[in-house]
Amino acid sequence: MTQTLTREAVWVQVCELNDILLHAGVAAKVNGKQIAIFRVEENLLYATSNFDPFTKANVLSRGIIGTKGDVYKVASPLLKHSFNLKTGEYLDDPTITIPTYEVRVEDGKVWVKA
Amino acid sequence: MSTQNTHRLLVIGNGMVGHKFLESLQNKTHNMEVTVLCEEPRLAYDRVHLTSYFDQPKPDLAMGRIEDYQAWGIRVVMEKATHIDREQKTVHTSTRALKYDTLVLATGSYPFVPPIQGKDAEGCFVYRTIEDMDAIYAYAQSSKEGVVIGGGLLGLEAAGALKALGIKTHVVEFAPRLMPVQVDEQGGKLLKKKIENMGITVHTSTATQSIDLENGKVKGLTFSDGKSIEAQMVIFSAGIRPRDELARASGLEVGERGGITINEACQTSDPSIYAIGECALYKGRIYGLVAPGYTMARVVADQLTGGKSEFTGADMSTKLKLLGVDVGSFGDAFAQTPGSEEMFFTDPLKGTYKKLVLSADGKKVLGGVLVGDCSDYSNLHSLFSNAMDIPGGPEHLLVPAPAGGGTQVKATLPMTATVCSCENVSKGSICEAVMGGAQDIPSIKKCTKAGTGCGGCVPMVTDILKEQLLLMGQEVSNSICEHFDYSRQELFDLIRIKEYRTFGEVLENHGHGLGCEVCKPAVASILASLYNEYILKQEHAPLQDTNDRFLANMQKDGTYSVVPRVAGGEITPEKLIVLGEVAKKYNLYCKITGGQRIDLFGARQEELPLIWADLIAAGFESGHAYGKSLRTVKTCVGETWCRYGVQDSTTLGIKLEERYKGLRSPHKLKGGVSGCTRECAEAQGKDFGIIATEKGWNLYVAGNGGMKPKHAQLLAADLDEETLVRYLDRFLMYYIRTADRLQRTSVWLEKLEGGMDYLRKVIVEDSLGIGAELEAAMVKHVGTYHCEWKETLANPEKMKHFRHFINTDEGDDNVVMVEERGQIRPAFDFEKADLLPMISGD
Repeated sequence: MTQTLTREAVWVQVCELNDILLHAGVAAKVNGKQIAIFRVEENLLYATSNFDPFTKANVLSRGIIGTKGDVYKVASPLLKHSFNLKTGEYLDDPTITIPTYEVRVEDGKVWVKA
Repeated sequence: MSTQNTHRLLVIGNGMVGHKFLESLQNKTHNMEVTVLCEEPRLAYDRVHLTSYFDQPKPDLAMGRIEDYQAWGIRVVMEKATHIDREQKTVHTSTRALKYDTLVLATGSYPFVPPIQGKDAEGCFVYRTIEDMDAIYAYAQSSKEGVVIGGGLLGLEAAGALKALGIKTHVVEFAPRLMPVQVDEQGGKLLKKKIENMGITVHTSTATQSIDLENGKVKGLTFSDGKSIEAQMVIFSAGIRPRDELARASGLEVGERGGITINEACQTSDPSIYAIGECALYKGRIYGLVAPGYTMARVVADQLTGGKSEFTGADMSTKLKLLGVDVGSFGDAFAQTPGSEEMFFTDPLKGTYKKLVLSADGKKVLGGVLVGDCSDYSNLHSLFSNAMDIPGGPEHLLVPAPAGGGTQVKATLPMTATVCSCENVSKGSICEAVMGGAQDIPSIKKCTKAGTGCGGCVPMVTDILKEQLLLMGQEVSNSICEHFDYSRQELFDLIRIKEYRTFGEVLENHGHGLGCEVCKPAVASILASLYNEYILKQEHAPLQDTNDRFLANMQKDGTYSVVPRVAGGEITPEKLIVLGEVAKKYNLYCKITGGQRIDLFGARQEELPLIWADLIAAGFESGHAYGKSLRTVKTCVGETWCRYGVQDSTTLGIKLEERYKGLRSPHKLKGGVSGCTRECAEAQGKDFGIIATEKGWNLYVAGNGGMKPKHAQLLAADLDEETLVRYLDRFLMYYIRTADRLQRTSVWLEKLEGGMDYLRKVIVEDSLGIGAELEAAMVKHVGTYHCEWKETLANPEKMKHFRHFINTDEGDDNVVMVEERGQIRPAFDFEKADLLPMISGD
């Protein structure tokens, strides 16, 4: 049976900032959801869902981070679909978006609200 | 909300054409209330590719998505229309009545089943819907032989599908040849031969008398000449008939042999009712292809939103791959134009047939038939569709240009030429888009929709893009991406000469932005080719594509496959047992690869270090199957065991694989060594291939299998082993330094000015004087080889990155395996749906 669970978003401490390589991502499980957290600059993080809607696999945290113009993006490692890290928009068709989450760093710890 | 002023648009039918109509209307329906009636239990799907429904994994053929329809403000009623009341402007279903101001009939067609005795028995099918496919699939499980009645396009598709389901297959065609509508007698003969070679029995000029039954089920066919065959299932594919019954009952004008009569605006005899697609009859003709239906859909969408487009007939040209055979037909394929001339070219060895129909003066192409090779189709079709004068002489169109040069006739298209016939995009619109700033293929696709249908025009769109950029005085950019204004070769030289060691340095001095998934792995690969450092060093790790990042090959569900090196394909029984034990321990799927190795699939990211710890303990090392690097050197058993072998191919293959292992290159590399000219290692299909002769080794280079197979070419003959290795070192390093990103050796050689002769001068005669440098670079590589997995396991810091989640030891709960043929495979979505809880709340 398919079961639908809805959970209210909460702030959760996930890892140390230095657990995430600069210019790379990690996956975390937060409140039952798979979240991809990306360290795009020394102290700038973004968080999106880890789920690639095109290939239906939890792989986005393993994508390569880059820029398109001024936009920070991640390219899915499977078929290279690129998503805007800030808004979750799929760059070739803005009608498709992936969920994004709030993320912050406090005393070297990474917190995500999901 | 309906108000007095909203216009009620009702569409009956949600096939491909009905869907295209709604899609063409999107964003223009603000003052309309749009409803579509859909009789099948699902929204529109891609019927043209229905046969692929039997593929594994099952493709998603859906075209109409309920979310899209909701976003477009379209109401979907999943019911069958039963009656049209034109007086009241109402369409009835069994449960409701729907009012309309405008009605569009997109009711399509149904398969014609000839009135043969026994046609309704159990085991008889038609080939039209997903339900038909399911029924055929299920019945095929208990059948041995099957017959397809009808040897047209769809019939051959159906035959291919039956064959693929493991059934002995017959095709019965009433006409004297297959595909009688598209192909002429000669072409039909060749097609028949090709299809028979695949093990399908073809009966032409044959009429079916009756279907023989046993207990109400099909057991065979009897032909009108008295002969009979056995079969447990029959698929009818004898053409289509328009579904005009609703129109007919409501008193709309229909053709003598069916079809709803329409005018240029696609209006029926009632001006508030339109008909599009296979149910519509224009000037006495039903168009049984999807492209003309799409044109009608666009015409009506345009009419309803104030435009004035017209439908004035359509090109019935077709190009397709049937059971792997290219078949193309266009224009006046049967030379019915008065005074026209025919020209033929047959190559019985290659199994190709080409016919051109020329105007009386021989200056224009009026039509043609191609069987076995359709590579010239788009060139010929555009000469025809644009009525252009043939450049050169018509004979050049038929006879292939001699290899390595010669004149390839490529006409410059006029601006009005249709380039993409699926979406009806002209060359002019593409050029405009390019001038408007769409200067790569994705932007052109987005802006013009060209290339988004069947995709067959993409090569031509690429040519037009380049041509237009040159015209605009722009250099055709060869920079690898927006972050660097350099080609890979230029980057390679920059990095080598300035001795940069990290991506950061290269970006800072020569790039902009942060980089991307194109330039990062490219620079990572160049750095690895030059310095061969550990690729997961902190500064290199974020540059790697996922395969290199996790030192394994990512598969569709996010799990990985593991391939240890089995040099030359030689493996001891002990090691073979270890592979089996490891696979069993971690429940991995096992497959022997094309390169003589054993691939273990289904490893979760967090299991990779555990698996490799076991493999390394047993003496294995990384096979680099994940890298753009040397994969394998395939060998035969050579003189050691084979009664024909003249040299020891296995030993040489192992030596070469050991020498070049870990060598990172623009594209993956493969090699092969055969012990005699029988070529059991298929060495000529590899980037480098070596074939033993009585006198030494013959070295072939720049071949490949894959999407565009190429035979390797002879670089030098009768070499001793030392010279062979020297030439190979030079060849590989020269390629690595000068090729584009992801460019195979074969393509690199094609683009190399001077071709093979030039390459031979560089490698064999050392005409550039760089031989020693290239050899030294290879020696350096060999000296710095290290097993990346061994290094990774020795570094506890790196192991953390293999966990799926940074904050828990859990694995990915979306990875679900099911069992097939005694091993695991990833579950398909529909299998997962019942197994996984869904989390929402976003």
